[in-house]
Amino acid sequence: MDLDTLLLSRIQFAANISFHILFPTITIALGWFLLFFRIRFVQTREHAWEEAYYFWTKVFALSFALGVVSGVTMSFQFGTNWPGFMEKTGNISGPLLGYEVLTAFFLEASFLGIMLFGRGRVSERVHLIATFLVALGTTFSAFWILSLNSWMQTPAGAEIVNGEFMPVDWFAIVFNPSFPYRLAHKLLASGLTASFLIAGLCAWQLIKGSATGGTHKALRTAVFAAVLIAPVQIFVGDLHGLNTLKHQPAKIAAVEGIWETERGAALTLIGIPDEAAGTTHYAIKVPKLGSLILTHEWEGEIKGLSEFPNAHPPVAPVFYAFRVMVGVGTLMLLVALWSVWKVWPQRASPRIALPRPLLWTLAAMTFSGWLATLAGWYVTEIGRQPFIVYGLLRTADVVTPIAPANVAITLTAYLVVYGLLLITYVGVLKYMAENPVKHAPEAPSGELGKAGA
Amino acid sequence: MTWAEFLPLIFMTVMGLALLAYVVLDGYDLGVGLLLPLGNDVQKDTMISSIGPFWDANETWLVLGVGVLLIAFPKAHGMVLQALYLPAALMIVGLILRGVAFDFRVKAPTKYLPFWNRAFFTGSLAASAAQGWMLGSYITGFDSGPLGLLFSLGIAITLPAAYLLLGAGWLIMKTEGELQHRAVHWARRALWPMGVALLAISAATPLVNQAVFDKWFGLPQIFALLPVPLICAAAFFAVHWVVTRPQLIDAGYGWLVFVNTVLIFVLAFFGLAYSIFPDIVIGRLTLWEAAAATSSLTVIFIGVAITLPVIIVYTIYLYRVFWGKAHPLTYN
Repeated sequence: MDLDTLLLSRIQFAANISFHILFPTITIALGWFLLFFRIRFVQTREHAWEEAYYFWTKVFALSFALGVVSGVTMSFQFGTNWPGFMEKTGNISGPLLGYEVLTAFFLEASFLGIMLFGRGRVSERVHLIATFLVALGTTFSAFWILSLNSWMQTPAGAEIVNGEFMPVDWFAIVFNPSFPYRLAHKLLASGLTASFLIAGLCAWQLIKGSATGGTHKALRTAVFAAVLIAPVQIFVGDLHGLNTLKHQPAKIAAVEGIWETERGAALTLIGIPDEAAGTTHYAIKVPKLGSLILTHEWEGEIKGLSEFPNAHPPVAPVFYAFRVMVGVGTLMLLVALWSVWKVWPQRASPRIALPRPLLWTLAAMTFSGWLATLAGWYVTEIGRQPFIVYGLLRTADVVTPIAPANVAITLTAYLVVYGLLLITYVGVLKYMAENPVKHAPEAPSGELGKAGA
Repeated sequence: MTWAEFLPLIFMTVMGLALLAYVVLDGYDLGVGLLLPLGNDVQKDTMISSIGPFWDANETWLVLGVGVLLIAFPKAHGMVLQALYLPAALMIVGLILRGVAFDFRVKAPTKYLPFWNRAFFTGSLAASAAQGWMLGSYITGFDSGPLGLLFSLGIAITLPAAYLLLGAGWLIMKTEGELQHRAVHWARRALWPMGVALLAISAATPLVNQAVFDKWFGLPQIFALLPVPLICAAAFFAVHWVVTRPQLIDAGYGWLVFVNTVLIFVLAFFGLAYSIFPDIVIGRLTLWEAAAATSSLTVIFIGVAITLPVIIVYTIYLYRVFWGKAHPLTYN
């Protein structure tokens, strides 16, 4: 394969957005968890809720900073690597990105300062409002960026004039056909990711003996959140799949590994798709189930990849990524059920004792949300190829004419920085979990829990 | 002037003001980052504390500025950022390092603190030098001849020096005691090199660009424009006057350093805006040629008209909450 500017730019953008999405996926839901911890503290005045809030605020601040710096990179790469994208879709994507900056970025960035450092300087009520506004800001941000992403998947409300997209109906653009499903799917994914992050780090604290009162509160909250969200996510995921079948049948054909159009299609559980041969080797199939799940009829018709010559995505990455996502999602549901089964009898007790295997399982699944989220995004984004705006604009037509060497330099730099940061981030979370009580540079100037600033 | 012609003008103004806000606000953050190695361990913590609650919101002005370029002038966005591909990447990597160092330096194990302090400084330096280079390259119309590169290099040195002065001015306002005295000392050291560099650039700009020369030195505008360099000079000497008189700092006039440095930034900015207008990519694209469709601009205009005043209000609120001298930061 030639390492040309198109491929390098795609790798660079993929690396960038993959790195970026890890952190918003945590902060979108973690913001609401923090608000919950804070409200519970205000209601009960239990010190343990304060501890939970304090500890997870630190995790939030760290994740948020990484999300911000990698997000700034994105806003530049639209122009540096995909100038054709903005030239051709700027009239649509511009306003959507603009509203994200105006309604979300400033809101979350400004009130984060007050949320993190404002205690003692503002009243408890203002501090609670700041926490709420930060959570709201992250959610607004998800709203706008997913609207744009969904529009690229299922473009609506626009017409093409002289090769440029022109807006016709803004309501149709914002609430394009796949947007409600994608937004719900993403927000729930964030909920699961944050739940398992909290549960995993809390389990690690229990294993290592560094648990505080806040650990037990946070663990219980996370486990209950996970068991509520996981089934809803599976239901919403199914709806999202049906929506994709309607608007992007080629993506579904790749997901399911269906090569020729058929009725009563089997569901391929696993196998090795071979695009050159047009078949899936060693496939394990359940007869008729594919049609049943996708069309809700035993004999429903599903279009095969051969119907989309030169206009379907590469099969293997989409096929595998989908199975990773569903596999991890299913595992999350099972572990959440197991956890709640153990936690439920102790719901009134201030301390939770869990069996060792469960603690280790939760700790091992700390970042399972990342895996499922990335796999899910690969399904939907690689599944959109070879188009950048589905069916209307090809990715190859909007790439920068910059020399491959320059892209290779920046790609290498980004990969080194991102690799370093990812290792450090995970290492620091582990360190913080094992040392929940602050060490020297962050020592409070007042007593713990009182206004110190 | 019709609405369709007027809108790009509004967005040019919004973009300019957002970038000005960025340069001033993140300028003092970056300046403090550049000064960081000069403080001792306790002072380093205080220096970071003085910018901790603000930096994130400050950096957002860059996203807004580039965002408006992207949204309102999509054709210019691609052209400018491709021409500045490598320095833009360097700036981004710098901003990444600086941004994460804020958190990692206090959350990572203490033994890594010196590493993250260095990352904070290196990131600030890379970002500010890259910004200077980008500005220089932009002014010369992306001239990659030796003269153009020399000019870009000049600004790549001048802008960090100006940020440094701004950062020192910020520390004079936000700190007290020994650190404040050192900040005065740093400001004094940075002042003359920055002044000379600024003068050299101002003199060189009309020379590398004939259109700019005509705009400034024609009659009668030269008389109308004369106050710009004069006020600049007055602001410069006001800073000089304060930093060479410790008793003025002790009497509470330290804020004059920051305010006058900001004034120099604002005037330099307006000088630049005047030189370039109405081009958005010098000599290649006017702002009307680069503008997005009127209907799209109208949609964003509504958003800007509603949200920008609100953003300004809560930004002022943020500064009021953290008004006064900086203390060690704590989440409690």
